[in-house]
Amino acid sequence: MRDVAIVSFAQAPNRRRELRNEVEILMPVVQEAVARSGIERPFDFTCSGSSDFLQGQPFAFVIALDAAGAWPPIPESHVEMDGAWALYEAWVKIQSGQAETALVYAFGKSSPGDLPEVLATQLDPYVLAPLWPDAVSLAALQARAWMEKTGATARDLAAIAVRSRRDAKSNPNATVSGDAEIEKLLAAPAIADPLRAHDCPPVCDGAAAIVLAAGERARKACARPAWIRGIDHRIEPHSLGARDLSVSVSTQLAGEKAGAGRGAVDVAELHAPFTHQEAILREALGLGEGVRVNPSGGALCANPMMTAGLIRIGEAASRIMDGSARRAVAHATSGPCLQQNLVCVLEGA
Amino acid sequence: MTEERKPVTNIKTPMRLEFRYSAGEATSRFLRGIGQGKILGQRCPSCRKVYVPPRGSCPRCAVPTAEEVELSDKGTITTFAIVRVPSENIDVPLPFASVHVLLDGADIPFFSVVQECPVDEIRIGMRVEAVWVPKQELASTLASIRYFQPSGEPDVPFEKLAEHL
Amino acid sequence: MAERCAIVGIGQTHHTARRDDVSIAGLVREAATRALDDAGLDWPDVDAVVIGKAPDMFEGVMMPELYLADALGAVGKPMLRVHTAGSVGGSTAIVAASLVQAGIHERVLTVAFEKQSESNAMWALTVKTPLQSAVVAGAGGYFAPLVRGYMRRSGAPDDTGIRVAVKDRANALKNPYAHIRDPNLTFDAIAGSPMLWDPIRFHETCPSSDGACAMVLTSERAIPKPKLAPAWIHATAMRSEPTQFAGQEKINPVSGRMCAKDVYSKAGIANPRKQIDVAEIYVPFSWFEPMWMENLGFAEEGQGWKMTYEGATALGGDMPVNCSGGVLSSNPIGASGMLRFAEAAMQVRGQAGEHQVDGARIALGHAYGGGSQFFSMWIVGSAKP
Repeated sequence: MRDVAIVSFAQAPNRRRELRNEVEILMPVVQEAVARSGIERPFDFTCSGSSDFLQGQPFAFVIALDAAGAWPPIPESHVEMDGAWALYEAWVKIQSGQAETALVYAFGKSSPGDLPEVLATQLDPYVLAPLWPDAVSLAALQARAWMEKTGATARDLAAIAVRSRRDAKSNPNATVSGDAEIEKLLAAPAIADPLRAHDCPPVCDGAAAIVLAAGERARKACARPAWIRGIDHRIEPHSLGARDLSVSVSTQLAGEKAGAGRGAVDVAELHAPFTHQEAILREALGLGEGVRVNPSGGALCANPMMTAGLIRIGEAASRIMDGSARRAVAHATSGPCLQQNLVCVLEGA
Repeated sequence: MTEERKPVTNIKTPMRLEFRYSAGEATSRFLRGIGQGKILGQRCPSCRKVYVPPRGSCPRCAVPTAEEVELSDKGTITTFAIVRVPSENIDVPLPFASVHVLLDGADIPFFSVVQECPVDEIRIGMRVEAVWVPKQELASTLASIRYFQPSGEPDVPFEKLAEHL
Repeated sequence: MAERCAIVGIGQTHHTARRDDVSIAGLVREAATRALDDAGLDWPDVDAVVIGKAPDMFEGVMMPELYLADALGAVGKPMLRVHTAGSVGGSTAIVAASLVQAGIHERVLTVAFEKQSESNAMWALTVKTPLQSAVVAGAGGYFAPLVRGYMRRSGAPDDTGIRVAVKDRANALKNPYAHIRDPNLTFDAIAGSPMLWDPIRFHETCPSSDGACAMVLTSERAIPKPKLAPAWIHATAMRSEPTQFAGQEKINPVSGRMCAKDVYSKAGIANPRKQIDVAEIYVPFSWFEPMWMENLGFAEEGQGWKMTYEGATALGGDMPVNCSGGVLSSNPIGASGMLRFAEAAMQVRGQAGEHQVDGARIALGHAYGGGSQFFSMWIVGSAKP
């Protein structure tokens, strides 16, 4: 395995509704990540993540290409998935020896549509989607399954929200942050029992970019590169009834393959758009009490679609790069109720 | 007695999703200009080329474009296709000429249609001008430009257009 | 540094306007099963799955890899979904190959598909958002002006496009999987067909197909005992350029030329016309054949049409192109690029049946997408690189 590291990370402000178009949002983010990396264009490989359907715009990624600087022509590809998987593809390209540097970016504009409804179109088109089960209701099914199994309460979930919002106060890119009072949160009505507003992610628009570099290029680019020591992803059955929703076996498997448990973890950035999912993921990755989870506030405080997973990797990498952590785990998810999961292990040395 | 039932092999599931699109800053400015009967482009600070409709950035140089340039509504056809098959989303009588018009002052062609001209007279190098809706109907939408029609000026020679083809 | 990557199994469906007899899952599984059978492998042998397709609005399913995980035996495995517009079938194969070349997986199943009949392809391509004017009539309306530009620049005879169509449609008769297999598509029939977007006629245009294509790629050490020798990947390349910018060359795109140069250089090919035995290239409208002959360096600029005229690109010519009938004969959009890559591999395995080029040892697979801005290519050979 070649030594590949994250050498820079940048993200957009994650607004509830961005009036700028994709290129206007992405261009400054890409420019910032490139500038911080100190690596001059052209990159050996560029890869992005986004979803046409999300934006109601076919070929959204084609429009966004203008932000990446594709002249002279560049080796470039795209996944119609969260940017975390675009980062994976770029990492693979470098591992194959066909690139030394890579630019990865992602964006998602959820505000034009009704996100929970749009996400219903991810489901089996013959037997599930026609029922239009929105994403929040599905998450609620999972939350119920987990609470029944563990005996956890709504208060336990609210505590996760309170902690995340407090941590998000130091994150200028968070959509939601502040000192929430747990009683006030619990007094709110359920949106889809047992989930209340604070248990669910805010809808927002955002973008992010990361630069990867191999070996010497990484050492030259960055004082403290965040080395990718392991990265893996796995998918589970699509049908909710075919899985035990109270656990995340694919996260556990991906974590094992990526070697998450091979050392002490200082920080974990887990892509948990719903409060109960943070608990499920913690367990799947075997993260003990001593691990600081989601110091950025996590997806509960900013959840730009197709980007939040990449941002988890970027935030975890930032803790390595700023010296506050020696070993970090980042996680990204895709699909209903944590169907598909990616785990990335980062180290400072 | 149970009725023999055929297996279900097909279902029709209508889908409906509503999206509220925002134009972005550059397109908003452009459309507001259209609402005033003006065609606004943007010039790239790096390569100095003028883009219309503007997108707030130059794709070649990957930099933001802020400098606004007012363009003529006259231009030259750089290439075209005569459309004879009905197309979803297009409400123009067949056959029609789908054209690339290089507006005077712009560096990339603008896509539109030509009317008021027999389709077999459409040619590369032909000079055309925009036909707008009546002044009181002008609005921030590209529908304010109904189509292009021949302007009657002499054709531009092919050699002069070569780089824009 | 990269591991060698072999193509050991290839499968595809019979491309047709509507597959009413299978769901989307059934369609992809059909192609995948054929590829596994061809390789002499089974589902548990696969380490990872890479799937590719064009815009999700073609079927109305967002991110279909989620729904298809079960059908493709991907549960418990890594699964990726690639989308690079029309070139996606090719890029998908390249991503799958990277996984093997990087030594991450030993056996990768790659699938590309489109079940366009489920939704409305024309609508999906030109979704009318209120902020853009809808004046470009689909893909044909977009490319017809470029074809006209090529005709003007090169001085090619007006019937060049017809000749390409005659060839590809005759070739399709030798491909049992092709969608359009009609022996009545003679020169006169094509010339007399309705003009859609002048200068492109109906029979010079690709169909809209439901179809899927799959391949099994393995490392050298994990080659199973296939019934047929593998094809070897000698080189892969991708290039992208912006959709539209001032002074952009749209008829002979720079990204295509650079991608070709890159793939030839990596494969040690100095003279493509001499050293490549057969090419499967993405020709959705017949005039793209002469245009791509130039873009790919098989002919000098302005001379590509002569290759068609001289019969060089015919099955028996010195540079056979699209012996399968090409995109002109079958176009499940997401799969079309992979079909080009797969057909190239079939040629060097001697697997192309009636449309086999005798003794083909080096083949080019080519795919493009968007406004002629995304290119993916590979060179495959019967011998190890």
